[in-house]
Amino acid sequence: MAKSAHKNQLAPGISRLSRSKVFSKRAAYKIVKDGKAKVAETEKPKKAEAPVSERSDLVKALTAESNSVYPVSTIPKSKAGRKAIRAPKLRQSITPGTVLILLAGRFRGKRVVFLKQLKSGLLLITGPFKINGVPLRRVNQAYVVATSTKVDISGVKIDAKVSDEYFKGEKEAKPKGDEEEFFGKDAKKKEHPAHKIADQKVVDKEIVAAVAKVPFLASYLASSFSLSKGQAPHTLKF
Amino acid sequence: MKSGSFQRLVEVGRVVLINSGSDAGKIATIVEIVDHRRAIVDGPTTNVKRQVVPLNNVVLTDIVVKSLPRAIGSKRLAVFLEKNQVVEAWQKSAWAKKIDARQRRANLSDFDRFKLMRLKKQQRNIVDRQVALLKKERA
Repeated sequence: MAKSAHKNQLAPGISRLSRSKVFSKRAAYKIVKDGKAKVAETEKPKKAEAPVSERSDLVKALTAESNSVYPVSTIPKSKAGRKAIRAPKLRQSITPGTVLILLAGRFRGKRVVFLKQLKSGLLLITGPFKINGVPLRRVNQAYVVATSTKVDISGVKIDAKVSDEYFKGEKEAKPKGDEEEFFGKDAKKKEHPAHKIADQKVVDKEIVAAVAKVPFLASYLASSFSLSKGQAPHTLKF
Repeated sequence: MKSGSFQRLVEVGRVVLINSGSDAGKIATIVEIVDHRRAIVDGPTTNVKRQVVPLNNVVLTDIVVKSLPRAIGSKRLAVFLEKNQVVEAWQKSAWAKKIDARQRRANLSDFDRFKLMRLKKQQRNIVDRQVALLKKERA
């Protein structure tokens, strides 16, 4: 044997070779990280080949560099992930027209009408705005209680343009105003985009008509949900 | 004549309300007594299979089917029950009505609870108005 077999570790946790020795032994300088291979590599074999005739096989074997015999490790390959990114499944109790109770956010406690599930998995809801002030909005299923009350919105057509993109805020220029601009007498209130107001009216018109048909439903949607003394959510039927 | 401290006795023909198990909430009739702890109970008109039931799992009601032969079969028991109108008597009782009201209240949906609140308010309004008028008259 050309090289005697050495134990990898002198003692538990203490390796025989130092960090720099391991680096050169592994030829880690050849390991390509960004896809840029070192050009200097090509020069090396030429030097070793020069006095070929004088070297015996034994000497060659003893002085052979490990990287000429064994393949050098390539770019480390990351493991293929098995998680698929898809929209969460819609709860069976939530169907178009279901009255939902919002549990968190600006409109917590409000009872709203569910319209449809968007591609991102979020639920598209509306108050309707005239009834309880909740506009067309996206809401996460997890922050919602589905009641068994359904509004008949089979005749309502929701424009395809109302999607996740519709709700993404427009990038505004950084506000560089001073106090007076914000709080002064002439402070401009950010106006709600007119096309959104129009879209709201279109969607709500038929829903409000459907709600009006059921006695007490309009005032039900106008009111907020709360727990009173003795009520526990796990015992209540919604 | 009913005497002594026990008004409801474990006897053949006694109608019982089953409290625990899969038949909980249903009534059945004692058809045979096994020992001081168990009885054979049968409810052909109330979907209770003929079975041995520990008397701890059961509550005696006021209803008795008089002169019921011991160990009567299910088919003939159904005839007896219909003749004595046992199920109707049970459903008319205040006890059964209270159970029913409790269940209805527990099964109210959120919208139902809202409607209930509104109707109670309306009722209160009408009653309180009249009471106020009467008070005014008396004053």
